[in-house]
Amino acid sequence: MDGTGIVIAFWVFAAMTVGAALLVVALRNLFHAALALIVAFAGMAGLFVTLSADFLAVGQVLIYVGAISILVIFALMLTPLAGRHNGESRYALPAGGAAAGLAAVVIYAVLNVDWPLRGGEGFDETAALLGEALLDTWVLPFEVVSVLLLAAMIGAIVLVRGDGE
Amino acid sequence: MTIGIEHYLIVSAVLFAIGLFIVLAKRNLIGALMGVELMLNAVNLTFIAFARFTESAQPIAGQVFAVFVITVAAGEAALALGLAVAVYRTRASIDAEDMSTLKW
Repeated sequence: MDGTGIVIAFWVFAAMTVGAALLVVALRNLFHAALALIVAFAGMAGLFVTLSADFLAVGQVLIYVGAISILVIFALMLTPLAGRHNGESRYALPAGGAAAGLAAVVIYAVLNVDWPLRGGEGFDETAALLGEALLDTWVLPFEVVSVLLLAAMIGAIVLVRGDGE
Repeated sequence: MTIGIEHYLIVSAVLFAIGLFIVLAKRNLIGALMGVELMLNAVNLTFIAFARFTESAQPIAGQVFAVFVITVAAGEAALALGLAVAVYRTRASIDAEDMSTLKW
């Protein structure tokens, strides 16, 4: 991808996403961390657009920026006495080491593997391609995932519903 | 300068590492769940970057996988937050270090 616009867009969205993710770690108030998480999701949607994944970018905004953020904030509101402190446990140091080590290994691999790249541009528009693929090649996983969603929905209702309701 | 697959994969690796740190280190259950969401998002970015850049018989496959990951992530978020609320009801706490009943 050579266009100046797309290079600028990539760096802006990448900085936005990684910066917001670091804020999720750093902010001490859990509610503020949830708000930073929303910014990270929105930046990720922008990165999807630069990869010509238009349908998924819109889905990302709807599902992550919309639904999952609301779920997280609702869960925070439903646990009012639990404290809003976003602190680390005593495992912070080993966890940081594990995360840094994983990032180092993956980045080393990324830079040293010779990826089988294809030339040319990205997709023109993906909604029709995705729809055909989902109902043709991947129709079985598509149906399984819909059953899974139903099961998760019923499970969440049963978990959160109190006794005697 | 051009943006290649490496740029996206490195951003994705950094996000995954941040998410992993959050999951491992945060005390609050809902805080840890935010890390899981970040990790799933990072994986989606990898799938979509590969769909865009690599040679494949059916290039859209990467995006189809991202659709499935988003779906499972939505179900996982609903269930995990439901679990957090259920734990809060019985223990009035969602601190991971308070949940030591099964600790050996």
